[in-house]
Amino acid sequence: MNANTEIYSLTVNGKSHQVKDSWVGESLLYVLRERLGLPGSKGACEQGECGSCTVIMDGDAVCSCLVMAATAIDADIRTVEDLASDGVLTEVQQAFITEGGVQCGFCTPGLVVAIEHLLSKNPEPSEIEIKEAISGNICRCTGYGRIFEAVDKAITVRKVNRT
Amino acid sequence: MSSAVDTSTRRDILGASAIRPDSSAKVQGKFEFSSDLHAENMLWGATLRSPHPYARIIRIDLSAAYKITGVEAIITAEDVPGKKTYGLISSDQPVFAQDYVRYVGEPIAAVAADHPETCRRALAAIKVVYEILEPLTDGDLATLPSTPAIHPDGNVIRRQQIITGDQNLQGEIVVEGTYEIGMQDQAFLGLEAALAIPDSGGKGIEMFVATQWLHEDQKQIAACLDFECENVRLTLGGVGGAFGAREDISLQVHCALLALRTSRPIKMQYGREESFYGHVHRHPAKISIRHHATREGEILRIEARLVFDGGAYASTSSAVLINGITHIQGPYRCPNATIDGYAVRTNNPPCGAMRGFGVVQACFAHESQMDKLAAACGLSPVEIRLRNAMVTGDKLITGQIIESVAPVARCIRETDAIELPEPLAESANQLEFVGGSGLTSLPQNIVRGVGWGVSIKNLMYSETFDDFATARCQLKDGVATLKFATVEVGQGFVVLAPQIARSVLGVDDVVLDTVDTGIGSAGSTSASRQTWMSGGAVDGACRLVRQRLFEHVGKKYNIDPLRLVIEDTDVVDMIGDFRISVVEASSGVLIDETFEHHHRPTEELDENGQGNCHVAFAFVAHRAVVDVDVELGLVKVIQIATAQDVGRVLNPIAALGQIEGGIAQGLGLAVMEEIVLDNGKMRNPSFTDYLLPTALDAPSVVAVMIEEPEPQAPLGAKGIGEPPCISVTPAIAAAIRNATGKELSRVPVRPQDICF
Repeated sequence: MNANTEIYSLTVNGKSHQVKDSWVGESLLYVLRERLGLPGSKGACEQGECGSCTVIMDGDAVCSCLVMAATAIDADIRTVEDLASDGVLTEVQQAFITEGGVQCGFCTPGLVVAIEHLLSKNPEPSEIEIKEAISGNICRCTGYGRIFEAVDKAITVRKVNRT
Repeated sequence: MSSAVDTSTRRDILGASAIRPDSSAKVQGKFEFSSDLHAENMLWGATLRSPHPYARIIRIDLSAAYKITGVEAIITAEDVPGKKTYGLISSDQPVFAQDYVRYVGEPIAAVAADHPETCRRALAAIKVVYEILEPLTDGDLATLPSTPAIHPDGNVIRRQQIITGDQNLQGEIVVEGTYEIGMQDQAFLGLEAALAIPDSGGKGIEMFVATQWLHEDQKQIAACLDFECENVRLTLGGVGGAFGAREDISLQVHCALLALRTSRPIKMQYGREESFYGHVHRHPAKISIRHHATREGEILRIEARLVFDGGAYASTSSAVLINGITHIQGPYRCPNATIDGYAVRTNNPPCGAMRGFGVVQACFAHESQMDKLAAACGLSPVEIRLRNAMVTGDKLITGQIIESVAPVARCIRETDAIELPEPLAESANQLEFVGGSGLTSLPQNIVRGVGWGVSIKNLMYSETFDDFATARCQLKDGVATLKFATVEVGQGFVVLAPQIARSVLGVDDVVLDTVDTGIGSAGSTSASRQTWMSGGAVDGACRLVRQRLFEHVGKKYNIDPLRLVIEDTDVVDMIGDFRISVVEASSGVLIDETFEHHHRPTEELDENGQGNCHVAFAFVAHRAVVDVDVELGLVKVIQIATAQDVGRVLNPIAALGQIEGGIAQGLGLAVMEEIVLDNGKMRNPSFTDYLLPTALDAPSVVAVMIEEPEPQAPLGAKGIGEPPCISVTPAIAAAIRNATGKELSRVPVRPQDICF
């Protein structure tokens, strides 16, 4: 694919990345995964229905499969790879592990990003607010029960850690 | 909530809620799924598929596609060097269509190019000229000998009857119905993907695939490539769920052929729409059934006719059919039966394995009947089921005696004892109402209903199939290394296997070797079988290693090895005071053992459907509570109460995850999930149009795990993967009937079924 290419740069996880030789039709998800070496965001529907590709763009949770990468040149993009720092997992990540929120794990990165985003805006959401916030993230394995447990645990631990 | 509480075991042995070893990588996005794989100099592969359900291919013109810059290879049926077909039970499915296409989505050609977009353009440039034929899309029609065959093997994939007892018996009470089950999709999230790397001489190939059964893939791929099996080396690529859909070959052969043709690594990855076309689905089925009973509700005879629509190719249809007909009595005694079952071929999308495998369809029919029987006898849904509940030692309609632990009545009673949820408060947040964020329901239109479902499910493969599992254990310096080809699809064998090794060997450090074809088969991750089969193999290998360790310690310290046992992490003389840590005992020695676990042999059914065709059985009860907006036809499942016969709980949190996950899939089939077909063509091959349960649809699940260890099972544990999704579907349908008074003989129950 050499036609219609242009070099542009994207700011992902605080770092500037040059995107070269790309086709302008590529989604942000494709560029993250295939060009920038950030395969943590997953693709499962290409329609913004499943949330597996959720990233934070200028503070909003978005489906990166629906964003054309070349339109994101001025945005601050944060992916699942940005969450743990120096191998220290966030409370949400840790709670997914201990509460059984992970099975096949394909939905997990998107869910973790969506929940981090929720808790950053609303540290003590109600049950229905949690369900609404993650209703755009499909999980086919868990039936969500252990994921709800993980969110509850993360909220509790976060509260202790941050007071 | 669960009755099986982790008794705060310090070590991650059997019974503890041990942490999955892959979960840290998974929460960080570092776990490598098959779709994340890359290789130097890699090309992308893509598949051209039929737009017609039935047509003759007159001509394929590749010339325009070859002119596109970046296209490296295009292959069709004539480029398949070995066997032109593949299939799990019968090899009837073409790698690429040669003369006819028999379903929408059937592969015709594959392309290798430098970018996925180049692939898409090349596919669009391939010209295929068809003679369009009238498709056969009605399963009932396919059972008739007068219907023209759409495949050289004929339209009836298998017919099997079960004839037992008095064939003319009429009950004082007779209830009957015809039930339909729609086509469900497994809808795993991790789309089909593989990476194929050809050997430099082109005489072999290495493949990284997301599958359920490495050795079966290897066998089928090798036959199509005309290679020896040993020259097709498969390694498991990370699998994002399976639920039956990865038991059949999808892109494996295409990917391998493109790699060999181009002498370059090929990555293939389906998109969601292609995934709907690229894998088999749950069989839609039509079941007509009549129960004869006494006035007291005792079942005397069942008559039934079952038709499973297998779509264009056989896949596992013949085994799905056997599961359907042999489970049509449900977990209830029945002395007389007249059963006729068909698995047929049509021009609908191919169907095969999905969690529950034929039993889901049968269960919807028999449980709907149990409620009709209860009503006819003036009994409650619980009472009719308790009166007929089977026990260990009962004879099935196939003549097979239930030898498994069979706590059917206990499952029902313990489910019944679970507290019902509070009624919906008028003051509740409107988001809690049916319809959720649509904010459409008015409280006065919401009616609550309660319904029941109880099921029996066979475990492992049936009808003479020896689906054994292999495992190898090496012990050195207190570290156990396990090797097996058991596929992890999400179910948690990666956490269970080390738990077994720790329990048997008294080690804490367990390393899992790469999952590949470098060891004997583990069989498929399906049929609720891996805890029993591969768990049995790991247990067996570890026990052999332990025996060798005792012999080594005995010789070194002059103690009879028969006096040695493992206590926590020590080797201990049970009648003396000798004690040494396993780490020290295994220091400097390498003990290496391999074990194959086989389940007991089974038989084929004879012409009357008689024979010991199944290995073992598990049971479960579900009670559903729903709120229905009777005006809008919307349903919200409020609570699922369940008691499941699990044998023994090996990892409470993982077991609960299986139960909750299965319930969500059964809920999907009950009220929202269906591939809608229009003359063979899928109307909704996307996640926008094929609805899946979300967090807002998830009910409260209250689960009790009934632990009555299964004597046949190596670890006392029955498989727990399939039962949760089976009887929850009829329980929800029954709850909607309870709320609406409608007959509802079809799932999924749609709004129009409730409103009109």
